[in-house]
Amino acid sequence: MDLRLKEEHKMMRRMVRDFAQKEIAPFVSVMEETDQFPRPILQKMGEMGLMGIPVAEEWGGAGADFLSYIIAIHEISKVSATVGVILSVHTSVGTNPILYFGTEEQKRKYVTRLAAGSCLGAFALTEPHAGSDASSIRTSAVRQGDAYMLNGNKVFITNGGEADTYIAFAVTDAAKGTRGISAFIVEKDTPGFTVGKKEKKMGLHGSYTTELVFDNARVPVANLLGQEGEGFTIAMANLDTGRIGIAAQALGIAEAAVQYATEYARERKQFGQPIGKQQAIAFKLADMATKAEAAKLLVYQAASLRNQGKACGLEASMAKRFATDTAMELATEAVQIFGGYGYTREYPVERLFRDAKVTQIYEGTNEIQRIVIAKHLLAD
Amino acid sequence: MNFQLTEEQEMLRKMIRDFAENQVAPTAAERDEEERFDRSIFEQLAELGLTGIPWPEQYGGAGADYLSYVIAVEELSRVDSSIGVTLSAQVSLASWPLYKFGTEEQKQKFLRPLAEGKKMGAYCLTEPGSGSDSAGMRTTAVRDGDHYILNGGKIFITNAGEAEIYLVFAVTSPELKHKGISAFIVEKGMDGFTMGKKEKKLGIRSSLTLAINFEDVRVPAENLLGKEGEGFKIAMMTLDGGRNGIAAQALGIAQGAYEHARNYAKERNQFGKPIASLQAIQFKLADMATKIEAARLLTYQAAWLEDQGLPYGKASAMSKVFAGDTAMEVTTEAVQVFGGYGYTREYPVERFMRDAKITQIYEGTNEIQRVVISNYLLKE
Repeated sequence: MDLRLKEEHKMMRRMVRDFAQKEIAPFVSVMEETDQFPRPILQKMGEMGLMGIPVAEEWGGAGADFLSYIIAIHEISKVSATVGVILSVHTSVGTNPILYFGTEEQKRKYVTRLAAGSCLGAFALTEPHAGSDASSIRTSAVRQGDAYMLNGNKVFITNGGEADTYIAFAVTDAAKGTRGISAFIVEKDTPGFTVGKKEKKMGLHGSYTTELVFDNARVPVANLLGQEGEGFTIAMANLDTGRIGIAAQALGIAEAAVQYATEYARERKQFGQPIGKQQAIAFKLADMATKAEAAKLLVYQAASLRNQGKACGLEASMAKRFATDTAMELATEAVQIFGGYGYTREYPVERLFRDAKVTQIYEGTNEIQRIVIAKHLLAD
Repeated sequence: MNFQLTEEQEMLRKMIRDFAENQVAPTAAERDEEERFDRSIFEQLAELGLTGIPWPEQYGGAGADYLSYVIAVEELSRVDSSIGVTLSAQVSLASWPLYKFGTEEQKQKFLRPLAEGKKMGAYCLTEPGSGSDSAGMRTTAVRDGDHYILNGGKIFITNAGEAEIYLVFAVTSPELKHKGISAFIVEKGMDGFTMGKKEKKLGIRSSLTLAINFEDVRVPAENLLGKEGEGFKIAMMTLDGGRNGIAAQALGIAQGAYEHARNYAKERNQFGKPIASLQAIQFKLADMATKIEAARLLTYQAAWLEDQGLPYGKASAMSKVFAGDTAMEVTTEAVQVFGGYGYTREYPVERFMRDAKITQIYEGTNEIQRVVISNYLLKE
């Protein structure tokens, strides 16, 4: 056991922390008030190599490891969970599937641009009737000559409308169940492909979540990702990394809640002394910090296993479930410590509270995580 | 960064698990029922080298690290936490201060037999009027030539009665408050040193908890540990690490209860199928295992920090509060999974639930841990 970060990881943490403080923090209120997509931030992140952290240099990435990527999500999410989720989706599910399952040509064409940050990625799996039960998607893809014609609707697509490429899942052979699902790289200008309704969300303002409409969208055969029928495998292959990414996002939210609440408890005076002197408040802070520390260890354990190429399915689900429940609990407590002020948008804990909720829901609801965990446990 | 244990640590775990399952578990229920401490089990711990795991070989120890010691307490507590606490009191509470503050002569005379397991040790701080507020103790030590004369009494002393070596805290200069407390090594059989009432307890019934009394006990001045007035510092520093031993005990209790619950859920049929196939049970097991994993990481982290010579006070307090609360929660759920049978003494989870409660109370109540943690937070 060695819980120290290597020098390269410490450097990554310092660099991202500085960047988040200097570049992202001033933009947070803009995103909150106007729901503006953080394009200028992403551009700078691209210049710094943050849009392709775990992608090899030959494909335009930074050539760093998975742990470095998780450190970046964690640090960014302390300041903005919005930018955290954009990066997580772009990398874990917008880029990685092409990196792992794409042909040389697909990698050259798409991964190089995604990793450089000149293109933004998205992942289109969920449909109105297929959420946790992802294998029941209805979007269809029918081969016609050198193209597939896609028809159907996707919902809750992060980066929708802003992304340049979408990894979309559609049924190519309805008779084969999960083995009849295929994955396609869909470019934003594809004829017949349009972006539908943009969701108005509780939190993550500035990140876009939209419907996608495929109306005889013509996708070239060259954009089939992997083999026909391999789609479900591709969708599931990056679940672990996606879950660890969201766990890191939640960890950032949780730690921000502890930090803001602690600072406020030191400054806010009632009954002639800082409220942190009251055990009612001090004990909340102690429990918050302890749970955040536990979440951090679970997240970094999963990331470290994944980094070493070891199996991490159980640990990833545990990290996701625990870190996200912790984020919700700690953000709720932080609002409580701030009292009436915490309920206003003058203070950041109100945003943390709204941002935390979705981490319990997306990238596999926490109920799905419990099913996954229980399967591992009962299989022994 | 890596979270794996070394091969030596894994081997040690396997060795202790074999021993615990074959030599300790078969009689655990019977000893609990009879509230009987069995010295022969302690002697077997000594033969295995467990009584001195973290001490250098020159003092009769095994020369291993604290993490190995924590694994030993965890594994013993997984089948019988009465044995776990016996070892924890021996190593963390009685031996640690001798190792840190003892003179070479004291180490050879007292630490060596404790490390070799030829003698048992006890730590004597609590008094009827001073529990969490340990500086309020009243036991006195008055210098008389080359002796100190001790008068007073202690309560809730683990290992008392069987122990040969007692580390006793007493007031040498009342006007100096906590800076007037000193630590003494008292041996069984000294004139005026007698055992008091043996407590009848809710749990950990096959461990010993007694009151002890001092009536003009003449303790040689060479048995003063550290300097006069250093006692409170020694007591508090000892508890800093000691609470990590209790975290390990709580972790073992939780792990043992969880495993019983999982195995039972796979075997117990209701509605024509194992109850493990019901989500209500699966989700309990998933949450139990996730919290245990978090508790394990916190506990190992604190031990690892101590092994690295890094500050571990906050981490140790976090491990204790989280693991103790987790043990209580997990054992309560384990009884629930067993249903009516879980409430009977036919099954071990009833004992685990009773044993878990004490881990929230001793070596600093979890409320005191929260005071410790919040002090760190508000100072930072």
